[in-house]
Amino acid sequence: MATATAPPVGVERLRRSRSITPLSWDRVMPILMIAPSVILIAVFVYGFIGRTAYTSLTAWRGVVPDYTFVGLRNYERLFQTEKFQADIVNTIHFTAFFLAGCLILGLGAAVLLDQKLRGTIIFQNIFMFPLAISFIVTGTVWRWIFNPNYGLNVLFHNLHLDFLQSGWLTSPSTALNSLTIAAVWQMSGFCMAMFLAGLRGIPEELREAARVDGASEFQAFRYVVFPLLRPITLSAVIILGHISLKIFDLVFVMTFGGPGYATDMPGLNMFITTFRQDLFARGAAIATVLLLMVAVLIVPYLVWNLRGETER
Amino acid sequence: MGNERWSRRKFVSRAGKTAGAAFLGLSFADFLAACGASTSNTASGGSGKLEIFSWWTAGGEADGLAEMFKIYKQKYSGVQIVNATVAGGAGTNAKAVLKTRMEGGKPPDSFQVHAGQELISTWVKASKMEPITSVWNSEGWDKTIPKDLKDIVSSNGEVWSVPVNVHRGNALWYNKKILDDNNITPPTNMDDFLSALGKLKAKLPTGPLALGSSGNWQVQMLLENNILAAGGPDFYKQVFSGKASFTDANVKQALTWIKSMLNYVNSDHPTLGWDDADKRLINGTSAFNIMGDWAKGYFTAANWVPNKDFGAAPSPGTSGKYVIVCDTFGLPKGAPNRANAINWLKVCGSQEGQAAFNPKKGSIPARTDVSASIFDPIAQQFIAEFKTDALVPSSAHGSATPDAFASGVNDEMGQFVINKDVNKTAGNLQKLSDEFLK
Repeated sequence: MATATAPPVGVERLRRSRSITPLSWDRVMPILMIAPSVILIAVFVYGFIGRTAYTSLTAWRGVVPDYTFVGLRNYERLFQTEKFQADIVNTIHFTAFFLAGCLILGLGAAVLLDQKLRGTIIFQNIFMFPLAISFIVTGTVWRWIFNPNYGLNVLFHNLHLDFLQSGWLTSPSTALNSLTIAAVWQMSGFCMAMFLAGLRGIPEELREAARVDGASEFQAFRYVVFPLLRPITLSAVIILGHISLKIFDLVFVMTFGGPGYATDMPGLNMFITTFRQDLFARGAAIATVLLLMVAVLIVPYLVWNLRGETER
Repeated sequence: MGNERWSRRKFVSRAGKTAGAAFLGLSFADFLAACGASTSNTASGGSGKLEIFSWWTAGGEADGLAEMFKIYKQKYSGVQIVNATVAGGAGTNAKAVLKTRMEGGKPPDSFQVHAGQELISTWVKASKMEPITSVWNSEGWDKTIPKDLKDIVSSNGEVWSVPVNVHRGNALWYNKKILDDNNITPPTNMDDFLSALGKLKAKLPTGPLALGSSGNWQVQMLLENNILAAGGPDFYKQVFSGKASFTDANVKQALTWIKSMLNYVNSDHPTLGWDDADKRLINGTSAFNIMGDWAKGYFTAANWVPNKDFGAAPSPGTSGKYVIVCDTFGLPKGAPNRANAINWLKVCGSQEGQAAFNPKKGSIPARTDVSASIFDPIAQQFIAEFKTDALVPSSAHGSATPDAFASGVNDEMGQFVINKDVNKTAGNLQKLSDEFLK
């Protein structure tokens, strides 16, 4: 950009005028405009993050705050608990399958809907509807669907597909995957919408050109369309990834972390530790670990985004 | 007024005022009052407001609370009652909301709290409560409320809350028809119970003992009932106050019994609530369920008749012992309407209040002078036993132990249901005891 390399002619005059009226309206106005949001975010986001991180280093237990500094003791204790160890494993498992499920189903649905066939708009809406529901509703409905006595199992039995029956949420080995199915059902429509927007944004000429060069339909997709969808995929991964790391409501209504610790998640553990056990410092430690986990996912994205913007 | 059109200025000024009111943090009720739906405060007896915080949102509980409000209204008609309830089983969500309100210095005028540690170690030790000893004495509750009950709402020589009701945690419920058909008498000890289950297993292949363990606290109740059965009331009190060890043979016996019971339960129990489990009794797919006496409300709501369709007994091995789950109301420091709150406590502790509340709630009165004739036969049986039995506070419901411990045990029982490892679980329970009961 020209402005960045060669200073424009007016700069010298601007500097001089600045020194005369240092608080010109043009300079104050933008600051005033963004000040409220900066202050609010500084206090209610970063201030509270700082306060939480500080609380996690104290001995606060019970309803009366106790800010005695204890260093990393809460973290030590936390990582020693069987429950939190299970949480970490569960989160990774859930995130991996949830992301894979949403991306594959979302992309598949988007590709099918992009075929410009009659009635796609209806299916597009049908796939999108689950997104309009909250996780609480999804969780409740799927808890009923998975109920061994009147849900899917009965359906499978009536269809003579008994081998498909399973303990679903009742057995520790299947509960987490059942939870993942419900989450994928809810969010794959969102993925589809993103991919569909991405596909529609790819000019037909590019595919046309590939075909002219002799590429098969699959090759055109694999080598032309797919790479162009990369930014969309990344955005989807970031958005879904932080939803899945912070998942709380779905687990709360579907399993409450059970059976045992089979579906327990850090978010739920944080709530119970803080508000049921009154271990406020340990709860803050879980919150901080959760923040770091999300940061591992988000920060590279932000850096990448920022770099892209400066290059543009 | 009807034809008068709102000028823009008037609208703006009104909107400004209401926005201002909302900004100042006035409650929704204030907001409504400000909007002109004013309730006259001219009637006799009291004025201002009374905010009562509880988790009684549904069915008989809400009805019982409404009955007590009615009595309060008769006496202090000028007071506007604000019913602040937060839904959620066993008050989990309500307690979280209450904690944030108390931390933020905005206590309600009075709130529901389980007697014992939930009251003492959470609120009294944090000096968030005001003692109500003078109210207790002026109302003469020493004469009508058992000393065991007074003891668990007292510390440092002061009384901190008024017991409204008593639930029984150690009750065995049975489908009377199934038992009669199979010539089984309600078992009184664990051996009889297990052999009855063995007998019924062939007839009820999906599980003669109904269990709903979603949230694990139902298994926690099995643990405390069984500890009471194995070790008796004195051991029970010692182990739940950290003076006896959880690696003791009595605790291991209790766990072993749970393990045996798990052979006879429905396999879908991790997703079922206690009410789903009781539904199995009604459907006739299970014969027994061990649950608190709130189960009775569920049975009667399904038009089951006590002692005809279903019966109740103390849970196996706990005859002569009563695990109490007791709701009380206390007086938080800085209650905005202190005088109204004290009057509320008097209603809670009155014979009239408890007679109105308990039949609806399905519990028995904390007072021993309420006529038993207004209750159903099972409540009458429990009222009689309450007067003579050894009373012990429930740990699963926050009376015997602090929340941090109870919640840890809750997790541990969730693990036990899966791994069924008696020694490991006993060891882990002792670790929790070391951390939170010392």
